[in-house]
Amino acid sequence: MNMSAESSSPRVGVFVCRCGVDIGDVIDVPALVEYAKKVQGVAYATEDSFACSTSGLEKIEDAIKRHNLERLVVAACTPRTHEAIFQSACERSGLNKYLVEMANIREQCSWVHRDDSQAATEKAKDLVRMAVAKARLLQPWKEPEIKVNPNILVVGGGVSGLSSALSLADLGFKIYLVEKEAELGGMLKSLHKLSPTMRDSSESLESMLRLVEQNPNIEIHTSSRVKSVEGAISNFEVEIESDGKVVERFNVGRIIVAIGAEILKPHGLYGYGHDKRIIIQLDLEEKLKNNDLKGVGTVVMIQCAGSRNDERPYCSRICCNTALKNAQILRELSPDIDVYIIYKDLITYGVESSALELNTKRRGVKLIRYRDESPPEVAIEDGSVVVKVFSPTINEEMTFRADLVVLSTPLVPRGEASELARMLKLPQDPFGFFKEAHQLSPLDFATEGVYVCGTARAPKDAVESISEGLGVGSKAAEYKFSRIRGRGAAFAEINEKKCSGCGICIELCPYNAIRKDEIGISRTDSALCGGCGVCAASCPERAITIHHFTDDQLEAQLLAAIDRRPRK
Amino acid sequence: MDESVLVIGGGVAGIQASLDLANRGIKVHLVEKAPFIGGVMAQLDKTFPTMNCCICILEPKMIECYRHPKITVHTLSEVTEVGGSKGNFKVKVIERPRFVDTSRCTRCGACIEKCPVTVPDEFQAGFESRKAIYIPFPQAVPYAPSIDKGSCLHFGGGGCIVCEEACPTGAIKYEQDPRTVSLNVSSIIVATGFEQYDPKEMGEYGYKRYDNVITPLEFERLVSPYGPTGGELTRPSDGKIAKRIAFIQCVGSRSHRPGIGVPYCSGICCMYAAKEAVTIKEKYPDSEVTIFYIDIKAFSRDFQNLINKARDEMGVEYIRGKPGEIRENPLTKDLYIWYEDTDTGEIGRKEVDLAILSAALLPRNENTRLAQVLGVDLDEFGFFKVEDPFLSSLETTRDGIYVCGCCHGPRDISNSVVEASAAAMKATTGTRLTAEGSGG
Repeated sequence: MNMSAESSSPRVGVFVCRCGVDIGDVIDVPALVEYAKKVQGVAYATEDSFACSTSGLEKIEDAIKRHNLERLVVAACTPRTHEAIFQSACERSGLNKYLVEMANIREQCSWVHRDDSQAATEKAKDLVRMAVAKARLLQPWKEPEIKVNPNILVVGGGVSGLSSALSLADLGFKIYLVEKEAELGGMLKSLHKLSPTMRDSSESLESMLRLVEQNPNIEIHTSSRVKSVEGAISNFEVEIESDGKVVERFNVGRIIVAIGAEILKPHGLYGYGHDKRIIIQLDLEEKLKNNDLKGVGTVVMIQCAGSRNDERPYCSRICCNTALKNAQILRELSPDIDVYIIYKDLITYGVESSALELNTKRRGVKLIRYRDESPPEVAIEDGSVVVKVFSPTINEEMTFRADLVVLSTPLVPRGEASELARMLKLPQDPFGFFKEAHQLSPLDFATEGVYVCGTARAPKDAVESISEGLGVGSKAAEYKFSRIRGRGAAFAEINEKKCSGCGICIELCPYNAIRKDEIGISRTDSALCGGCGVCAASCPERAITIHHFTDDQLEAQLLAAIDRRPRK
Repeated sequence: MDESVLVIGGGVAGIQASLDLANRGIKVHLVEKAPFIGGVMAQLDKTFPTMNCCICILEPKMIECYRHPKITVHTLSEVTEVGGSKGNFKVKVIERPRFVDTSRCTRCGACIEKCPVTVPDEFQAGFESRKAIYIPFPQAVPYAPSIDKGSCLHFGGGGCIVCEEACPTGAIKYEQDPRTVSLNVSSIIVATGFEQYDPKEMGEYGYKRYDNVITPLEFERLVSPYGPTGGELTRPSDGKIAKRIAFIQCVGSRSHRPGIGVPYCSGICCMYAAKEAVTIKEKYPDSEVTIFYIDIKAFSRDFQNLINKARDEMGVEYIRGKPGEIRENPLTKDLYIWYEDTDTGEIGRKEVDLAILSAALLPRNENTRLAQVLGVDLDEFGFFKVEDPFLSSLETTRDGIYVCGCCHGPRDISNSVVEASAAAMKATTGTRLTAEGSGG
């Protein structure tokens, strides 16, 4: 696509960033600038202390206009965080945003070669020369406008899913809410009371469920699961099944995953599963709900049961608060119930959970610390459950005869998480929680138009899950108001004359963006294509071009890598 | 008329809330009391647990926010009046002048160079000085000088006009007056952040008495490559590289001593201490780093990994126990930390070059005034109170006014950003957008 009259040898501007001392103290920046000026195609080269600062961007914008620059090379940091702002600098000075190429001379050069300035400078020259070679061949690109289906699928009817469904439905979006259980509510259905309000979980949930059920924009599918998802952000095709039968097909523009997590049932750990007096917090919630605590005089809770160990090194965030809350409730139920919480580190954080800790201690709950190297032992002796633990505080072993041992076990990802991860191409962490794209964008995920909230992403409490549900709601709502979305310049195009119809690309494409046409030739749907390049790399006929990473561009970059002459 | 939302506070939470709203086509007025946006995060070296450079992540967001056609940034501004109700708040904002005409200023820096006044630079935690006319750091947004009226000689009655004379474009405008801006907004998001506890209150640790006892924010500037030392961890007393470093956790937090500190856990100190310890060990592998703690609170995904890395891979020593006292050797300025290891019951003395007091996160002092203006309640500590911690955890006691980030209790960057998006969502339902939403 030709956007403007293009000269055969476009004028390239090179901007070398010092990043304060981060690049400037390692790489000889003036030498690099002088070198850049000699590279073929370079019409202008300069340096700045912070190219990404407002003043740095203004200088770039000014130079583009003043020197009639047609391509831009920014030798600075990673395009991952900074490409967008240099693209916007191009746009502000009338240059197409896809005519900028970044040379990463920080993460991939000055940071890793801190001890060898000279070699780092030579490498930076190579990187700049390569970037210029590619930049000269960059083509302008106007993003196609793709209509986004305004409907949204929410998978999971726990509080995080409910809060995102409700907030989006309030804005007028049509929501398909799919829940595998017969009833909505998720984990909160099984809980007794919630901290910090100490209200009945069911009562808090009811008010939310009423709003969801009354909302005409929410279509609820209980006892259902997502069978398949095809397509991409603009238009996902979803199949819902119930009792093994496909019950409905519909199209949505975005998908919110809120499938929650499970509480670990630690069979074998501390005698769990061998004696009905050894239970987990979830069982205790059930007992509290049913007032099923007759004859219980001593309750011993053991924290980090199955977490913060080699198998699951993570802290599950909610267990200390849950134990404190339930301990407090037990003491309120009867002052004759003695409650001991055996813990490693007491994970109360922030204002509310610190208050919970204090109130629980004031109600006479005893906290006993254990060390990693001497965890508590649970045994059945003469028909009694006996817990022994070494207390470093008093430097003694303590022994408890417990009527109930309550294990505080962590949240673990649900079994169906992996299946959804595959279906939606979402990365998971080593334990199976879904992973966000970046820490500072905790609500953005690898697949555009797919979001995760609540405990499916990481352990968190109900209040935090509700906030996260709203947060992804905010992200998902973004497309509502543009109704169209753009896509980057990188996408695959198949040369139908070269394609042999072998279908390798179809099988490999992670975006399901390639199909065979009526005569057996592969065709890409550019709306779906993520521009990853897997198809082009595997095509035996070399029939596939990845725009913005064309063979010509990469070849020029490679030739520049091995030919150190600046060629001017 | 376009519906719009007022966001108070230009730190990472306020910026994220503004961007979320603006990207949905809603007009935003972002009110920041400082001359520049970015808040505390702009001063921090790295994020935890991913150890990314803070300013590298924040800078693009600051610029996107400042340049966004739907966002108006009001710097040096404060909200003075809020009338009306949800859907139709009538807000008055006082905008104080920077005494620089930003449309004329070419950012040449002549004014700053010539200014005869030097004062401690708060952005560099006082380790450096700045001029009375200044830009706090190279990536500051907006990038235009501002005159700090309190220290400027012109306003101090000295009649100084050095910067005006130095300016080649006539951009210095001493005559600029504060102006009151009237806004109509449908909802309000409060994102005013936190304040660091002043550890002077705990005299036993000698902050401000001993040169080499510092706060975490001071430490962040010392290790930042963009800080006063270019990232070298030099100790304040003699400029020597600190090789023996101790962190004391829960300084001012989890305190039940009458009149000292706050009873709550500040939530982030365990993680920033681990991050800072790793930063030191990566830069100076031969250094000895000790962290004195009560409980290690690594309560989010990947947090424990960072603790494990610090302790098991990098050799950071964790001692369970809150030191009783720090004493200084008056000759060497070395510090002696007296403590009881509560795991063993042994009393010990640790000699270090530098001690960092992991100070509590407090509500901002000015919350009292702002709460009055907004007509909302504060909690017993002075954080903004939420209406119902379960169903409406981001809603203040006044309908249509929402909170996010540390203004309603300590939280980390990641949580603040999630909440910012959530608050933006709440504020949007308040803008009465419909199914076929006009959105602006």
